[in-house]
Amino acid sequence: MTTTPTLETAGGVKVVKPTVASHFRDYFGRIRGGDLGALPAVLGLVILVAIFGSARSDTFFSAGNFANLFNQAAGTIMIAMGLIFVLLLGEIDLSAGFAAGVCGAVMAILLTEHGYNQGVALAAALATGVVIGLLLGLLVSKVGIPSFVVTLAAFLAFQGVLLNLLGEGKNISIPDGFIKSLNKDSLPVAWSWALAVAAVAGFALIQFLRHRGRARRGLVTEPIGIIVLRVVGIAALLLVSTAILTQERAINPAIATLKGVPIAAPVIGGFLVLWTFVLGRTTYGRHVYAVGGNAEAARRAGIPVDRIRISVFVIGSFMAAVGGVMLVSRAGSVDPNTGGSSTLLYAVGAAVIGGTSLFGGKGKMIHAVIGGAVIAVIDNGMFLMDFSSGTRYMFTGIILLIAAGVDALARRRAAATGNR
Amino acid sequence: MAATPLLELRGIDKSFGPVQVLHDVELSVYPGEVTALVGDNGAGKSTLVKCISGIYPIDAGTVTFDGRQVAIHSPREAAELGIEVVYQDLALCDNLDIVQNMFLGREKVRGVVLDEPTMEQMAGETLASLSVRTVKSLRQLVASLSGGQRQTVAIAKAVLWNSKVVILDEPTAALGVAQTAQVLELVRRLADNGLGVVLISHNMNDVFAVSDRIATLYLGRMAAQVKASDVTHSQVVELITGGRSGNLGLPPEKPTDFVDITPGADQ
Repeated sequence: MTTTPTLETAGGVKVVKPTVASHFRDYFGRIRGGDLGALPAVLGLVILVAIFGSARSDTFFSAGNFANLFNQAAGTIMIAMGLIFVLLLGEIDLSAGFAAGVCGAVMAILLTEHGYNQGVALAAALATGVVIGLLLGLLVSKVGIPSFVVTLAAFLAFQGVLLNLLGEGKNISIPDGFIKSLNKDSLPVAWSWALAVAAVAGFALIQFLRHRGRARRGLVTEPIGIIVLRVVGIAALLLVSTAILTQERAINPAIATLKGVPIAAPVIGGFLVLWTFVLGRTTYGRHVYAVGGNAEAARRAGIPVDRIRISVFVIGSFMAAVGGVMLVSRAGSVDPNTGGSSTLLYAVGAAVIGGTSLFGGKGKMIHAVIGGAVIAVIDNGMFLMDFSSGTRYMFTGIILLIAAGVDALARRRAAATGNR
Repeated sequence: MAATPLLELRGIDKSFGPVQVLHDVELSVYPGEVTALVGDNGAGKSTLVKCISGIYPIDAGTVTFDGRQVAIHSPREAAELGIEVVYQDLALCDNLDIVQNMFLGREKVRGVVLDEPTMEQMAGETLASLSVRTVKSLRQLVASLSGGQRQTVAIAKAVLWNSKVVILDEPTAALGVAQTAQVLELVRRLADNGLGVVLISHNMNDVFAVSDRIATLYLGRMAAQVKASDVTHSQVVELITGGRSGNLGLPPEKPTDFVDITPGADQ
């Protein structure tokens, strides 16, 4: 350690001077130490895409299928984002799937049977989510019932609520409009490019401002190479995706043209930015991590642990409602199975596959997106390869098991290397 | 050293139901000094600390802080006065870094956004004032720190807020030899910086290494509060185990000192 270059930061504390090389060294060190983050999911995604791509290069790699993936994954990702808040506290919400269904049904009924406009129906669906979350959170934190039991009961009850709302198995179609286009239509090409460029510019600006702010205070800054690498990476990802999605993907362009980024993509991106900001840059987010890491320490630090616990269930069910809206929008209708079958397990799977720990305290919003992409790719690719849905479920189950196994092994490894 | 105590307790009584845990306890903490609080298990050390920090209300007695009488009803009020307690089990979050832990519950914000540069700067300056000069990064997760480093972060967290009295509950209990020396040095430095330090410890070597005064609790009574230089190792052990040593300590026990806790006996 004597040869490591050091520099002085605030108040003259000596710290290791970060370089591009040390950054990579630290990263690999963390991985060896059991802090895997989203790495397994990203690798898995690359491998899966390679497999499906080589087996069905014509269909899997088409622009149409790429756009389709966003619509397929949107519901799962939204629910998974809410679940990450719940998982960060080491809790679980098994009712998120049917909560999504109930909120979707409330929206559909208001739209069709009561003739409310789209905005009111959407707001009602989201408000229903908040109320559900409040109820779950109060039962868990104030009454003290384990979240597994509370939400298992809610899972059963909401299934019944959904059936009753729909009058024993009716299927309600929603009218055309804003809600239906959310997870079905695409943005105009010009808007698609504008949004992509704005996103890249915004990301670069934030990175630059943070670097400058720290440098001005004489704090340790990241090497400029890492920042450039990060910005170039994001730019490449967003711009290449936009280029693919703005290609014509209608089967017969003469009848109806179909191009542009699916509206679902900026919806996912918007919530990703919002919740990443909340978790990473606000006091509230800091307190969520603190309660998940060590509830006793958080309590002694004066953090209202109960209120934090309630709030994560509120956010969880709110995002379930958003997910329900996306599911209903994609299907164009609500039926008793909306949010049922594998919806919840896919969402939990997405969060865990993405790298969020089931044991609390560890997870990021991006995990929902990466994990959701993995699940959508498996579902989509295996469908294109003509596997039966039985085989698809089995395969998804195995992937989830692997992800949870990686999480558990990484924790053991982290404990062994003193990282936990 | 300083003539007037920073924190002065007089005649503190505390009962839990029929069991009186503290009897007429007195304790003075002087600025720039380390006051060791010693006593056997169950002597009332933890209860006394919890009374000072506002976790338990006191039944009788007065608390004088910085020359004026105060009533402390919650840990928050204690913190506002400038009294910080570093508990034995540290109360750090493993999944947060050094800066995040030091500011936990009292984050600096600009608008709604966390003001990370300011927090990092203050954390760095506080660590530097405690002569902690080498960490890999202020953004290192607490999980990856050694026991001594963790204790250092916990203590730094307590002095970050211009606190005047810092109470350390067995800070060296779980540490090795080198790390114990490191933490004791830090304890001494806190006092040299002008703080009043209360050190709770079972280890006589630690107590004699850093303390200016030694306060001994025996069965809920303050047996003696003496200068460390005036007593020997074995005298303190006698005070801890028997409540008196020669002409120091409590008078011989009289049967009237015992409280009858037989149910219904007071009827």
